[in-house]
Amino acid sequence: MEVTAIKAGIVIDHIAAGKGLLIFNKLNLAALGYPVVLLMNVSSQRMGKKDIIKIENFTAVDTAMLGLIDPNLTVNVIENCGVARKVCVTTPAIVKGLFACKNPRCVANADPDVSPTFHLHDEKTRSYVCEYCEELTRVN
Amino acid sequence: MQLKGRHLISPNDLTLDEIDAILRLAHDMRQNRRAYADSCRGSILGTLFYEPSTRTKLSFESAMLRLGGQVLGFADANTSAVAKGESIADTIRVLDGYADVVVMRHPKEGAPKLAARYARVPVINGGDGGHQHPTQTLTDLLTIDTYKGRLHGLRVAFCGDLKFGRTVHSLIETLARYPESKFFLVSPEELVLPERLKQHLGRSFSCEMIECRRLEEALPYVDVLYMTRIQRERFFNEADYQRLKNSYILDAGKMREAQSDMIVMHPLPRVNEIAYEVDKDDRAVYFPQAELGVYVRMSLILHLLGVN
Repeated sequence: MEVTAIKAGIVIDHIAAGKGLLIFNKLNLAALGYPVVLLMNVSSQRMGKKDIIKIENFTAVDTAMLGLIDPNLTVNVIENCGVARKVCVTTPAIVKGLFACKNPRCVANADPDVSPTFHLHDEKTRSYVCEYCEELTRVN
Repeated sequence: MQLKGRHLISPNDLTLDEIDAILRLAHDMRQNRRAYADSCRGSILGTLFYEPSTRTKLSFESAMLRLGGQVLGFADANTSAVAKGESIADTIRVLDGYADVVVMRHPKEGAPKLAARYARVPVINGGDGGHQHPTQTLTDLLTIDTYKGRLHGLRVAFCGDLKFGRTVHSLIETLARYPESKFFLVSPEELVLPERLKQHLGRSFSCEMIECRRLEEALPYVDVLYMTRIQRERFFNEADYQRLKNSYILDAGKMREAQSDMIVMHPLPRVNEIAYEVDKDDRAVYFPQAELGVYVRMSLILHLLGVN
């Protein structure tokens, strides 16, 4: 299966197999209005299988969300048919509004004014502590 | 050290020196109550109690009245604009124009922290769900200091609901900051101390922690026994509460296993976790503890208002 290279835009590569669809949905790529390709289970020497997302003419992706879903993926910004730069994706130190606190007693789940906010607790276990109730949430 | 205008959401908002200053003033207030009778004349304490409270609410009110100040607020969210769907931010932005310092109790964890973001006056956390209760911690520290004469090198057993017990969370996190603390964590498997808190204590402090299922395993070795109620209101499932509610009952027989100078504390209210026969034991200090809560809150109010 062949997918042509894009002239300008972004290629999200080395996505752990199975997480491409999650990224597609979380970033709401279907609603972007730009051409988007989601490749799943592509053969990879390094990973065995991987997912790839290509978005044409658009580069403003939410890197915090990408880092949260898969900190090992790579983001290539494409200009004039070549890689102009690589954007570093890491597990974000602070995450705001991307997921809900798992604690049903947390004010972030109850008050309309609150955007759920989390601080990275442990990068190894990918756990975050809620700014309000201090409950731990693990992101897988 | 400047506490004027600050919020108290968690005991970690205070340094050990600041805690010491609050306790020292509280000790003095206990000895010379009349000397402070006009300290807060003209000031108002706002009490926003979204959840039932007897001791915390009344001791705050007593504290402000004993300082010559006045009190306004609500004790039932159903009788306030909250019942109409008002957000915490809106409520506090209105109330902080009516009061000079505000104490908030809320069933949702983190609610006082949210309120503090919007408030122009100091916000005191009067207990938020199963999370924190910093003024109970100050009360507990004043009690321990009064009866044991120190806050370092203590062996403390926490018994009962360590999962949802906000008084436990606040106190253990604070005592861990003092040198040579040793904790016995006595609870059923289902009500153990939250994982994050255990990790935090283990990583940040040199305190020793021993988990037990039976109170008898800890009782002979401790300076302080901190009993807590299994809280029906924190359970989503009544069957779980019924199964766990009688997990620990301290009675005269068990007290014989304890050291002669151990003290028994309880944030109150108790249900049946301490038998009434224990009340006669000199080591039972939970009622004096409740009284000490007034002095420590008087001291806190003075500090936050910046009254000399």
